[in-house]
Amino acid sequence: MIPEIGQLALIIALCLSIIQTFFPLVGAHKGYASWMALTKPVAQGQCVFVALAFVCLTYAFLQDDFSVLYAANHSNSLMPTMYKFAAVWGGHEGSMLLWILFLSLWTVGVTLFSRSIDDQTLARVVGVLGFLSIGFLLFLLLTSNPFERLFPAALDGRDLNPLLQDPGLVIHPPLLYMGYVGFSVAFAFAIAALISGRIDAAWARWSRPWTTAAWAFLTVGIALGSWWAYYELGWGGWWFWDPVENASFLPWIAGTALIHSLAVTDKRGTFRNWTLLLAITVFSLSLLGTFLVRSGVLVSVHAFATDPERGSYILLFLGVVVGGSLALFAWRAPKVGFGGDFKLVSRESMLLTGNVMLSVTCGAVLLGTIYPLIHDAMGMGKLSVGEPYFNAVFFPLMVPVLFLMGVGPIAKWKQAAIPELKARLKWALLAGVIAAIVLPLLMGGGSLLVSFGTLLAGWVIASVFVNIVNRVNSMNSDQSVIVKLAKQPMHFWGMVVAHFGIGIFVLGVTFVKGFEQEKDVRMDVGDTITLSGYTFLFDGVVKVPGPNYEAQRGIIVVSKDDKPFALLQPEKRVYTVQTNPMTEAAIESTFFEQIYVSLGEPVGGGSWSVRLYYKPLVAWIWAGAGFMALGGLLAMTDKRYRLTVRRRNPLKVEKEEGKSGNKSSPAVPAEG
Amino acid sequence: MARFFRSLRYLLPLALFLILAGFLYRGLSLKPSEVPSPLIGKAAPVFELPTLHDANATFSTSQMKGKVWLFNVWASWCPSCRIEHPAFIELAKRNFVAIVGLNYKDERKDGQLWLRTHGGDPYTYIAFDYEGRVAIDWGVYGAPETFIIDKNGIIQYKHIGPVTYQDLEKIIIPKIKELQG
Repeated sequence: MIPEIGQLALIIALCLSIIQTFFPLVGAHKGYASWMALTKPVAQGQCVFVALAFVCLTYAFLQDDFSVLYAANHSNSLMPTMYKFAAVWGGHEGSMLLWILFLSLWTVGVTLFSRSIDDQTLARVVGVLGFLSIGFLLFLLLTSNPFERLFPAALDGRDLNPLLQDPGLVIHPPLLYMGYVGFSVAFAFAIAALISGRIDAAWARWSRPWTTAAWAFLTVGIALGSWWAYYELGWGGWWFWDPVENASFLPWIAGTALIHSLAVTDKRGTFRNWTLLLAITVFSLSLLGTFLVRSGVLVSVHAFATDPERGSYILLFLGVVVGGSLALFAWRAPKVGFGGDFKLVSRESMLLTGNVMLSVTCGAVLLGTIYPLIHDAMGMGKLSVGEPYFNAVFFPLMVPVLFLMGVGPIAKWKQAAIPELKARLKWALLAGVIAAIVLPLLMGGGSLLVSFGTLLAGWVIASVFVNIVNRVNSMNSDQSVIVKLAKQPMHFWGMVVAHFGIGIFVLGVTFVKGFEQEKDVRMDVGDTITLSGYTFLFDGVVKVPGPNYEAQRGIIVVSKDDKPFALLQPEKRVYTVQTNPMTEAAIESTFFEQIYVSLGEPVGGGSWSVRLYYKPLVAWIWAGAGFMALGGLLAMTDKRYRLTVRRRNPLKVEKEEGKSGNKSSPAVPAEG
Repeated sequence: MARFFRSLRYLLPLALFLILAGFLYRGLSLKPSEVPSPLIGKAAPVFELPTLHDANATFSTSQMKGKVWLFNVWASWCPSCRIEHPAFIELAKRNFVAIVGLNYKDERKDGQLWLRTHGGDPYTYIAFDYEGRVAIDWGVYGAPETFIIDKNGIIQYKHIGPVTYQDLEKIIIPKIKELQG
């Protein structure tokens, strides 16, 4: 009964999403206030029914209802409750339902935090989001119904893929989806702006917090995925340039460009059509990512749950949404124009250059990701594009971006003076150079590449502090430094923290690449091995039963300078249902270093093959991502996004102002 | 006129997208892990190579005459080979088909160590193809690749990329059983 309720809820949600698309969009166009008044209640109602469907599916998992085909395929009665819950999105159908749930949650978010937005814009934004809902709900109901029954019911489920039975994977997909789907809000704002023809600072200010929020979620989602791959796959690597990893990284790069472009449109009213194009691109890349993962057109470690029929549907939807919005862009954007002008040396020009570099990077990664497909489609045979290509294009492109990150925030808008920039940034450069010489020496030497990476990281971090000092000094008052710091707006702190995170990240990557040590050894009970000053004593392997697996747990005592440092217990698990062997690496971190041990295979006579790693600053990679996301969260809380925006000289393509709008509503801005 | 061309610029994103969508559409009908090999239905290339474990012993395709056998190209430097290795170990446990490995462009000691550290040796024989000449004859694009050869020495199936448990159960084992008759 419960699954049928879920199914019905989905159908009702589909009907509501059709209403949510039609009435607000047409109402906004024709100026029917009563049609636009449907915007909020319908969007919220849709969300209630999607949530109901999600609850019904979750119930089937928690109750071990294996008459539901999807639950029988992805769950098992022996699985711990946390994983039964996570298994709801462990396969294709459930993860698409989660997608839709998030889409409707973001939509509701827009309706709740819309006090500063005029009714007409809100109706258009929610209408566009409603259109996306229709697409995904149809997709779910037509090709991937999660509530399909299995008759007769299975005795027990087939279990969740053991790779996914991990705390990191419980929250990785939801965060990633929050990011992907969150960009739909920026997209909807862009489409609403293209329809109305009003693209101005106020529009950018509305989109900014939503875009930043989505970006912050995506950042954490990608970082968690990378962390999971790092300790679960047992290869000690943290990024593999796998097509599916790239699918999440592409919207991230474009989203980073969008955040900066929106800032310029907000502050200076320029970059208008460029911002619009980026907003469309970012969401298109999210959709493309979904297509690549779900259709199986590329070979990937994530290639589960693929089906050509689903692929055709997503491609069709992609064509309608992306093709339609780019056609709209081609039609309307020439009239929008780029916006105000600026000099060759100015913050605008640096942000534009940085933006172009990020876009080129995004293009290069996209090309590498789909090149095997293009090559094959042209009849030139199969091939794969691997890490060497991505490393060769990605790192050189990032160098100018990192350089500009130091200069841009300090340069003045409109026109900046080079001598002034030099005077301010020489300290940052000096700090970078000192770091580049001293830090590798502390590690006992290093290559030119390590020094260069350290120079860039030092430059980025030092320029953050130069920027803060600069801000404080430029305030003309005799208040204390603390008061002056407290007076800085949150979006400034957001930027500073996120840029600091990039510096930390670059330093982490550089040190891991430059100084990591690895040993693949055979160890007998009682054997010791020394690696980078740490001594590893192998104390044998014991059998440990888990709830739905059997584990072989290695006992390794690590000491440093004859003092005990850590007890590491890497595991090799065999899950009872799917009988896949899984590695669980054991990791011990200090602030600067990390010891990583993974268990290989028994090689006879109680001895095992063991993989030992010494990785300096590796945790800084994820800490850096954490700072980036924290920066995003700080920036979102800035007061300026919550204030009612007065539209100053709105740029109009069509004269339709004044025809509509519920004048009595307090939500209408003074000139809206 | 100049203005007309300037506004054409704005069609560029759409044009790029349409090209991309065209390739994606084409991609749907291609299966990246199934490559039609020109060798399917033809006689398997004959070779004789030293074995991985013993440089003085050799493996020759003539040893497999009259048997259905699996031919798997692997190397210690190949990350995807780690993914498929447990599937072959599982297959070897069932003990109904000979699995011949081709250790491809690898160092002898690396290959041997890799087997010890990755769950054991599922192979009946392992030929050591240091220069990758034999792999060229077999039309190998890259490791891993897996072939099924029938009793008459004809290649009946080719799989590119790692063999998963699912591939094993759904494609490879049924195919072998069918050929064994």
